Amino acid sequence: MSLDLGPMILNVRNLKKEFEDKSVLKGIDLEVYRGQIVALIGSSGSGKSTLLRCINLLEEISDGQIFLNDEDISDPKVNQDLIRRQIGLVFQAYNLFAHLSILENITLALKHVQGLDTETAKAKALSLLERIGLAEKADSYPDKLSGGQQQRTAIMRAVALEPKLLLLDEVTSALDPELVGEVLELIRDLKAGGTSILMATHELTFARDVADWVVFLDGGVIIEEGPAKEFFTNPQNPRTIEFLTRLRRRAGDA
Amino acid sequence: MSNDKALPVELSDIERNRRAFRKSKQRKSTLVALVSTVVFAVVAWLTLVNSPGWDRVQQSFFDPNAFSASLPLVLDGLLLNLRVLFFSAIGVLVFGLLLALLRTLRSPIFTPIRLLVRGYVDLFRGLPLIIVLYLVGFGVPGLRLDFLGRIPAEVLGTIALVLTYSAYVAEVFRAGIEAVHPSQRLAARSLGLTYAQSMRLVVLPQALRKVAPPLMNDFVSLQKDVGLISVLGAVDAVRAAQIQVAHFANFTPYVVAGLLFVLLAIPTVRLADYFTTRLAKREQAGGVL
Repeated sequence: MSLDLGPMILNVRNLKKEFEDKSVLKGIDLEVYRGQIVALIGSSGSGKSTLLRCINLLEEISDGQIFLNDEDISDPKVNQDLIRRQIGLVFQAYNLFAHLSILENITLALKHVQGLDTETAKAKALSLLERIGLAEKADSYPDKLSGGQQQRTAIMRAVALEPKLLLLDEVTSALDPELVGEVLELIRDLKAGGTSILMATHELTFARDVADWVVFLDGGVIIEEGPAKEFFTNPQNPRTIEFLTRLRRRAGDA
Repeated sequence: MSNDKALPVELSDIERNRRAFRKSKQRKSTLVALVSTVVFAVVAWLTLVNSPGWDRVQQSFFDPNAFSASLPLVLDGLLLNLRVLFFSAIGVLVFGLLLALLRTLRSPIFTPIRLLVRGYVDLFRGLPLIIVLYLVGFGVPGLRLDFLGRIPAEVLGTIALVLTYSAYVAEVFRAGIEAVHPSQRLAARSLGLTYAQSMRLVVLPQALRKVAPPLMNDFVSLQKDVGLISVLGAVDAVRAAQIQVAHFANFTPYVVAGLLFVLLAIPTVRLADYFTTRLAKREQAGGVL
């Protein structure tokens, strides 16, 4: 890579994932360096979500290795809960805890994973909600909030634990178009704050403007990858070109 | 209807007509319900009092003297039922929840435990309670475990009730746990919470809310089944009534016991209804159907 690179946070080597007789990931190699945003693009079913879930150890991988800061986290001997504490994951459907207020959604893991006392956890959660302009809604339950507000809370819930790596799984796909902006704005903020992010996304413009590296996944293999500007201005592989044209045409329609 | 609360704006003629129509429909249906209830009650009452044996039934089931004489003794017995109810309800909740948690363990390592729990649930849901009462009530003392001393009949009865009801309640809990969307568990695990923590902090609180109405239902059922411990010889309300029946050669004490059990059940039944409506309201968000 021709970028100015810091230390490597995530290193995925020859990752394979099979579900029963279906091969979903067929040998993925991927790196994320500190402070980088790597964007995963590809049509639905290309394996983006599966890849993210494998990295967060929510799926057992079929072959290959995953390193987080040089530690092999795909080793079955590691404590998976300890690893997950270092990797944040935000879902397409937010998955906020329905029985807790948005403040409690954030404090839950602060208290029970990081062991903060109630007051400290609350103060920290409030300052995070403040950052996304939801401090007044701290006591509201998720179903009283808009999709964009829920998703921003979900991102803060993950960020609160100060993960070494943040995984975002199509976090804007379930949102109304006018709410996408506020979530992307938050991601831009996080990058400015130095968070390392691996995100599956359909937001090509955002990927071009904010991501450092773009990876195009199709049928479980990486078809093409490169620095964002180059990738979008001068794609090489015909499948990449076709995918980008298709997505842009649809965006044009909207 | 909440719609009728005066809106500050003036109503259109169409809306006024609609409301008038709804009101008249409501009035009509109230009237139909009232008339049919009265007619049914009158017919039932006339049939009863005109049946050839009514006088004798009245004497042997509704004798005021036997009623007032047996009431204090039956009430005394009911106190034992309440004690048994208290301890078995707690036992059932704890043991039922434990069974449900064991049965929902995911890892293949726990397959033998899951199978064992399934066998238990199948067995005790199939066994009639009265047989469990006999087996525990007469079988356990028959083991002659001297270090246990003489176990009172009400304790054995409580054990039998807990064994049987836990099987039902475990299934209710399990349904509740499985009704919590898997994405909630996924989110909890992705934050680094352990399996046990996600269960305790995320899944169970949501599951318990969902199963409160069916749990109350099982509680109502338990409330009257505590009367069955009388078959073991514990002097509860039913047994006390039985003794009085023999004493007066009159069935009125049974009616007394029955009434007391119904009185006991009414608050719980109302509470269960309240829970159910509240849940339904929350879930259908204002719909009318």
